[in-house]
Amino acid sequence: MRFIGKKIITVILTLLLVSFVTFFAFEVIPGDPATNLLGTDAAPEQIASLRTQLGLDRPVMERYVDWLGGLLRGDLGISYQYYQHNMTVADLLQERVPVTVTLGLLAFAMILITSIPIGILGARFGKKNGTGLFDTGNQAVMAIPSFVIGILFVYLFGIVIEWFTPGSYVSYKENFSRFLAYLITPAAAIAIPKAAMVVKFLKSEISGQMHLDYVRTARGKGAGENRILFRHVLKNALMPVSTVLGVIVAEILAGSLVVEQVFNLPGMGRALITAISARDYPVVQAIVMYIAVLVIGINLLVDILYRFIDPRSREAV
Amino acid sequence: MRKSILSKVKAAALLLVLTVVLCGCGDGKEGTGANTAGPTTASDDTQGEPKYGGNIVVGIQQDLDSLDPHLAVGAGTMEVLFNMFEGLVKPNREGDLVPAVAESYDVSEDSTVYTFKLRSGVTFHNGAPVTAEDVKYSVERCAGILSEDGKPLQDGLEAVKEVNIKDASTVEVVLSEGDSEFISCLTVAILPKDYKEQAAKPVGTGPFCFVSYTAGQNIVMKKNENYWQKGVPYLDQVEFRVVANTDSVLMDMKAGAIDLYPYLTDAQAKELDNMDILYGTSNLVQALYLNNAKEPFNKKEVRQALCYAIDRQMILDMVAGGKGTLIGSNLYPGLKSYFNADIVNTYPHDTEKAKELLAQAGYPNGFEFTVRVPSNYQFHMDTAQVIVEQLKEIGVTMKIDAIDWNTWVSDVYAGRNFEATVIGVDSTLAPKDLMLRYQSEYGKNMCNYKSDEYDEVLAKAIATIKQDEKETLYKQAQKILADDAASVFLQDPAKLVAVGKNVKGYEFYPLFVQDMSTVYLQ
Repeated sequence: MRFIGKKIITVILTLLLVSFVTFFAFEVIPGDPATNLLGTDAAPEQIASLRTQLGLDRPVMERYVDWLGGLLRGDLGISYQYYQHNMTVADLLQERVPVTVTLGLLAFAMILITSIPIGILGARFGKKNGTGLFDTGNQAVMAIPSFVIGILFVYLFGIVIEWFTPGSYVSYKENFSRFLAYLITPAAAIAIPKAAMVVKFLKSEISGQMHLDYVRTARGKGAGENRILFRHVLKNALMPVSTVLGVIVAEILAGSLVVEQVFNLPGMGRALITAISARDYPVVQAIVMYIAVLVIGINLLVDILYRFIDPRSREAV
Repeated sequence: MRKSILSKVKAAALLLVLTVVLCGCGDGKEGTGANTAGPTTASDDTQGEPKYGGNIVVGIQQDLDSLDPHLAVGAGTMEVLFNMFEGLVKPNREGDLVPAVAESYDVSEDSTVYTFKLRSGVTFHNGAPVTAEDVKYSVERCAGILSEDGKPLQDGLEAVKEVNIKDASTVEVVLSEGDSEFISCLTVAILPKDYKEQAAKPVGTGPFCFVSYTAGQNIVMKKNENYWQKGVPYLDQVEFRVVANTDSVLMDMKAGAIDLYPYLTDAQAKELDNMDILYGTSNLVQALYLNNAKEPFNKKEVRQALCYAIDRQMILDMVAGGKGTLIGSNLYPGLKSYFNADIVNTYPHDTEKAKELLAQAGYPNGFEFTVRVPSNYQFHMDTAQVIVEQLKEIGVTMKIDAIDWNTWVSDVYAGRNFEATVIGVDSTLAPKDLMLRYQSEYGKNMCNYKSDEYDEVLAKAIATIKQDEKETLYKQAQKILADDAASVFLQDPAKLVAVGKNVKGYEFYPLFVQDMSTVYLQ
């Protein structure tokens, strides 16, 4: 329990640091949300009065503390770029989070469904049928960033084969099944390189286990290759893989930003990018915090879970 | 921690590809040519009778800053809201202001009283008829008369002193001093009196009614069945969809997800084979703006030398595939009755002459200066690149300082902290909008140009109410700017609009407007 307490303190400190850095980063770069909202020909008094309304004329430390207080109360503030629409950051993100989360879950499901069977098959039959070819192919897939796969998919499935129409995203509120259908291609683009990573990891774990004493014992007892693999080795091999999967969940929930851009998906990624160019600090802050919480939180969770699953790691720390 | 910074870096990189519309580019009068089918004009490209019905998706680059037309400032917002709202008058595609909610109007001899006769049978989208009360409310609200601080909501409306209802269908707008060009300000939307939900559920009198708006995604409008102008609109529904970035939009168009996209670049046009391309003009004054208060640009000979050294036709050929219109002063051809066509070639390309003038000014070996260009405008960046090469020939070294848009607005435009910049400036239908930008005392005189002669001619041009005299004076003012080489005036860039093969009837306007009422599907 002491371990968990310590961990949580580090997490809080890290999050504080992240929020501090993003907040002050915008103090340094030029440009201002009021000018962005009012346009080129706004009178200086108009800009000044809007800055007062947005609270931008107050000292930066005061604004930071205010923002932090709001965050603790669950109030993310108002969005500057949608000020005229009376929109809060929460309103804006409410629309965006389901898109990014559904996309992430879909991608994660694809990773699970494909990578584990392929990894097992690769380990089981890879040796006889040219491991070299399998590994090289897997390595290559792993190396292609998901947005490149995304662009290829848009071209191939969208324009050449016409399985889907790029840019014809349908909101989940309007029609959920068409929404899901549109997400399949971007989810696949995210899943493919990550799945390849899991395959590689799983395969090497299995191969590693195969040389251990308990496998030799099982063989000595006359167990067949399949029985050894599924009854004995897989359990042990999957454990470290679960750590990798944890990291992947965090990465895809937070990191589908570029893919969203490629497929014109109105998720968190696009919200972040437009918010930066509009100097909409509260939105940027909220999204950066979301990403940070996810990445740090899931890593923490995996750490803790791992200690419960594998008693040996408890002694190691 | 590391992750979040990484995402920000990624985001920042992507930012570079996002294009922001500056002045909101308008459209030219006549569109000519489709890239595959040979030259045709947009307006007579009818091939049979227009058909009713159907939905289209129009790609837009920027989200709307407000749904309340009096609060909206973005040019990208105005050109979309044009379909839902109308003023007492509205522009037509010839660039004239025609009565809309008003049926006719009169201007008093001294241009202080504008009297409007309201059109009968005009209703708001909520079914209520437009009354004189609504008109009074709308103009007064926009002029700031109804607010405590008295600040006008839209530029130019501060001139309104009072609005009087003469009878149920007659309203007069009284100005604090005479202004013969004021009518162009009365395009401001007429809204229902005291309607509080304008920003969420906008109501106007335009050809399309509001259906829904989703931040960052789209605004959907449907046909106004009770529109006062019979016969239009043709379409049942129009969706203006915010596109993620200028690269992904090309894929979306190739896949047919977007039917109309008015911000195409020359390079994109070459790649697009499943849509027609219509060519119009942007209605911008693109120039190499010179800060007349800074050395060496305080010397007329130096400015003239740059004019001679820069080959404008070559710029057109290299950055815009030869499309665009050369200009010679601070006005574009779209404002056709005021445009002085005689001075377009005041400075033919002549390197020798340029060198001579430089030597006269005391710079026989040239000099060095920095041009600050907003990097989100690829078009202006490309233009600056070509100019760098051209100026090398006369020994002048121009360095490009690519800056972010927000920096350009605060530092260059408002702060006038620059030697030179390349940008395009837009205008309303009132010629003084552009021409005032060179008046000595004017707040937006970015170039710090000073000329008593110019100020005098311009003041006369604005004051006169005789149309022919006004035209002559504005032309004279343009000539003064050209002779003085106040800046290096380059071109009115071409405007490229991609339309689906079955989308017809798109009209170019001499200002920033996307009019969907004339568009139909075949």
